[in-house]
Amino acid sequence: MGRPRLNGFRQRRWVALVVAGLLVLPAGIRDIYMIRVLDLAGLYVLLALGLNIVVGYAGLLDLGYVAFYAVGAYLYALLASPQFGFHLPFLLVFVLGGGLAALAGVLIGYPTLRLRGDYLAIVTMAFGEIVRILMNNLDSLTNGPQGIMQIDELGLFGYHFNTPLRIYYLVLLLCALSVTLVRNLERSKIGRAWAAIREDEEAARGMGLNTRNLKLLAFAMGATTAGVAGVIFAGLQQFVSPESFTFWESILILCMVVLGGMGSIPGVIVGSVVLVVLPEFLRTYEDYRMLFFGLALIVMMLLRPEGLWPSRRRGRELHESRVTPAAGAGGAG
Amino acid sequence: MGSLGILLLQQLVNGLTTGCIYALIALGYSMVYGVLELLNFAHGELFMLGAYVAIVILGGLALHGPAPLGILIGALGLCFIGGMFVSSSLGVVIEKVAYRPLRYASRLAPILTALGVSIVLQNTTMLVAGRRPWYFPHIFSSQTYELGGIIVTNLQLFILVVATGLMVALHYLVNRTDFGLAIRAVAEDKTTASLMGIELDRTISSVFVIGPALGAAAGLLFSLYYGVAFFTMGFVAGIKAFTAAVLGGIGNIPGAMVGGLLLGVLEAIGAGVLPIVTRGVLGAEYKDVFAFVVLIAVMVFKPTGLMGERVGR
Amino acid sequence: MSDGHLLQVEGLTKTFGALRAVEGVRFVVAPGQIYAIIGPNGAGKTTVFNLITGAIPATAGSVRFKGGEVLGRPEHEVTILGLARTYQNLRLFHNMTVRENVMVGRHCRTRTGIRDALFHTPRQRQEEAAIVEQATRLLHFVGIEEYAEELAKSIPYGSQKRLEIARALATEPNLLLLDEPAAGMNTQETADLIALIERIRREGRTILLIEHDMRVVMGISDQILVLDHGVTIAEGPPSQIQRDERVIEAYLGRRSVRGAT
Repeated sequence: MGRPRLNGFRQRRWVALVVAGLLVLPAGIRDIYMIRVLDLAGLYVLLALGLNIVVGYAGLLDLGYVAFYAVGAYLYALLASPQFGFHLPFLLVFVLGGGLAALAGVLIGYPTLRLRGDYLAIVTMAFGEIVRILMNNLDSLTNGPQGIMQIDELGLFGYHFNTPLRIYYLVLLLCALSVTLVRNLERSKIGRAWAAIREDEEAARGMGLNTRNLKLLAFAMGATTAGVAGVIFAGLQQFVSPESFTFWESILILCMVVLGGMGSIPGVIVGSVVLVVLPEFLRTYEDYRMLFFGLALIVMMLLRPEGLWPSRRRGRELHESRVTPAAGAGGAG
Repeated sequence: MGSLGILLLQQLVNGLTTGCIYALIALGYSMVYGVLELLNFAHGELFMLGAYVAIVILGGLALHGPAPLGILIGALGLCFIGGMFVSSSLGVVIEKVAYRPLRYASRLAPILTALGVSIVLQNTTMLVAGRRPWYFPHIFSSQTYELGGIIVTNLQLFILVVATGLMVALHYLVNRTDFGLAIRAVAEDKTTASLMGIELDRTISSVFVIGPALGAAAGLLFSLYYGVAFFTMGFVAGIKAFTAAVLGGIGNIPGAMVGGLLLGVLEAIGAGVLPIVTRGVLGAEYKDVFAFVVLIAVMVFKPTGLMGERVGR
Repeated sequence: MSDGHLLQVEGLTKTFGALRAVEGVRFVVAPGQIYAIIGPNGAGKTTVFNLITGAIPATAGSVRFKGGEVLGRPEHEVTILGLARTYQNLRLFHNMTVRENVMVGRHCRTRTGIRDALFHTPRQRQEEAAIVEQATRLLHFVGIEEYAEELAKSIPYGSQKRLEIARALATEPNLLLLDEPAAGMNTQETADLIALIERIRREGRTILLIEHDMRVVMGISDQILVLDHGVTIAEGPPSQIQRDERVIEAYLGRRSVRGAT
C-alpha cells in the first residue's frame, strides 16, 4: 500500500486535467498519421502496464512477453478473417484472447516461476522464441512469414472502429480502464504481497504468503493484458505476421517499463509514449534506435535504475548500494 | 550397419563438432556465472566478434582462397590471437564499466545492464559491418575422409583438435596453477577469498579475459565451419551455450564441456531424426526449437544440471 | 492435538551430504509453555527451526503440530496452520514501512481476493481498514507504535527485532518460534523483551525459542532442550539444566566441570 504522492484532491484534479487533455488532443492534430501513431502508443501503454505488473510489481523478469501479445493477435487473426472463414465478433475474441493468454501464462509460469531471476529471464526468452518460430513455420495454420491479411475491423454492436480516430478513443478507454484496475491492485493487499516478495521471498513465505500463486497471478495478469492488446493490434492493423513479435519487441516493451519507471504507473505510461512517439520524430536515425535503447538501459541501470518517473518504493529498493545478503534461512546455530 | 545407424553416427560426428563450439562458449558463461552469479548476456556478442575480427584479419592479409599449410596455420593463429584479444579487452572493459558498479545492487539491475551491453554490441556491429552477412574466406581446402559410411572433413577434425586443446589448456590453468586456484576460490566464496588476500577485482577481471577469449575462439571456429558471420549469430548461439552451461551445471567447468558436447550431439541427432520421425512435417528448421526445449526441460526438471552447479556466495 | 501436545518432534534429522547438521532430535512442547533450545554455536538450533517451518526439507523424522504431520508441507501452509517465526539475522521487508511489514503478516488471515482488489470493492476497503487497525494494535503491543510510518530499515536494531515479532504475531500463531530474540540487546531491552514474551504467553500463545542469553533462558523457560553438534545432550527444566555436567562441558569445554550458578 503506497502512500499517495499528492493528497487525494490535488491528484484527482491533475488526473482530470490529463484525461480532458487526452480527450481533445486529436482535435489539434492535422496529420492522420500522427493519430495512428497515438493509437500505437496507446497499445504500447497497455502492453507496458501489463509487463509492469510482472516486472515492476512482482519483480519477475519476463523476456518473452511478446509471446502473449502474439497469442492474442493471432487468435483474432484466425477467428476474424478470411483465413478460415470465421468472422467472430470482436468482443468475443477479446475475451477469448485474454483468457487464452492467461492460460498460456499459467502454463509457462507454473514450472518456471520458481527459478531465480536470470534463469527465468532466459527461459522466458526461449519460450518467446519458440512461439515466434512456431508462428513462422506452421504455414497451414498461420500462413508463415507472409502473415494473415484482411483481418476484420474491430466492431462493437454494429459500430465499427475503422478510422484511426475511432480506434484512438477505444484504446484510450481501455488504457483508462487498465490504469484504474492496475492502480487498485497496487494499493491492495495483493500489491503489498508482491512488494514483500520482491523484498524477501523467503520471509514472505514464512509469513504465510503463497508466493508461487502470487507470482503466477502477476504473470497471468500480465499475459492477459498482452493478449487483449494483441487482439486490438490485429484489428487495428488488419494484418499480422511473425515480424511483429520478435525478441526485440519484448525488449522494447521492457525498456518502456524500465526507463519509464518500474512499478510506477505514470512512469510506465510516459516510457511507452516517449519510446513510441520519439522515434517518429527521429526517423532519420531509425537504424540507431535499438542501439539507443541498449545504451539507455546501461546508463539508466548505472545512474537511475528507478526510471524517469519512479515509484517511491522502487526508488528506495533500487538504490540500496550495499545489500546485506540474507544469511540463508537463518545463520549457524 | 543399418542406414539409421549410419545416420546416427554421422550426426554424432557432426554433433561433436558443433558441440565443441558450444562447449567453448559455454565455458565463458559458466566461469563468469561461477564468479559473479551474473549471466553475461553480452557473451554471445563476444563470440560473434571473434568471427568478424577473423574475417577482417584475413581480409587484411588478402587471403581469399585455399592457402598452403604454413600460411594457413599462421593466418589462423593470427585470427585467433586477434579475435581473442579484441573480445577479452572488451570483456574486461564491460566488466569494469557496466558490471562492477552494480556488484552489490538489486537482482534485476545487473541483468538489465547485461542485456543493454548485448544490444549495444550487436547493433554497433550491425551499423559498422552492415546487415548482410559476411562470408568467411574459403582458406581451408576441404578434404573428406570416409570411415564405414561416415564422412568426416578435415575441418571438423581441426575444430575438434583446437577445441580440445583449448579445453585441456583451460583445465590445466584452472586446476594446476595458483591463478586458477584464485579463480576457484573466488567462485566458491568471495568474502573468504578476499580475506585470504586474493585480489577480487583482478581475479574477476581475469575471468573476463579467459571467458571471452574462449568465446572468440568459438566464434572463429563457427564462422570457419559454416562459412558465414552475421551480427545476430550471438543471440541463438548464446542461448544454446547457456543451455549447455546449465545442462552441465552452471559454474562447473567440466560440466560446461560435457554440456556443450551433449547439446551438440542431441541437437544433431534430433535434427537428423526429426524429419524421419514426423514424416517431413517437422523439418530441420526446428533444430533451434529443439535446443530451446532442452533448455526448458533442464530448467524445469534439473536446474542444477547433470554434474551439479558450483555457485558460491 | 494428540496427547495435549502442541508440537511433537520425533527423530528429526537433517544431513547436508556428509555433514549431520541435526540428528535424531526429539522433544514435545505443551500448549502455553515457553520452551527453549540452547547450545553452542553450530549446534543446529536454527536448522531445527528451518526444518519445523518447512524452510528446508528434512532428511528424516516427524514433526506433528496440532496433531497433524507438518514435515514436507510448503512453508506458507505451515504458517497458516498456526506456526510463525522470527529470524536470527532479521529478515524484514526493509523498504516497506514498519506498519506495512506487520500488515503483510495479516495477509493469510484475510479473506478478500483478486476481484475485490481489482475493483476496490467496499469489502476490500473494510478489510483494509481492519488490517491497518490490527497492525497498529500489534505495534502498540510490542511497543514500537512511534515508528509506524518509518521505513523498517531505518529504525533502531532493538525495535527491528520487536517488529519481526509483531509481524509474526500478525499471522495469529498458536506457536511462535523466536530465533535469538535477545541478540544484541542491552540489559534494559532484554528486560523489556522478557516482559513482552510473558505478555505473548498470557495471550494464550506457546513459545519456542532459541537463545544464548542465559538470563532470558533461565528466567522464563519452562523447559529447555540442549543441543550440541546436532544431537540432544540434555532436556529438562532450567534448574536441572543449570547443573547438568554435559551441558557445562559442551559450553565450556571438557575440563571445567563445575556447578554453574
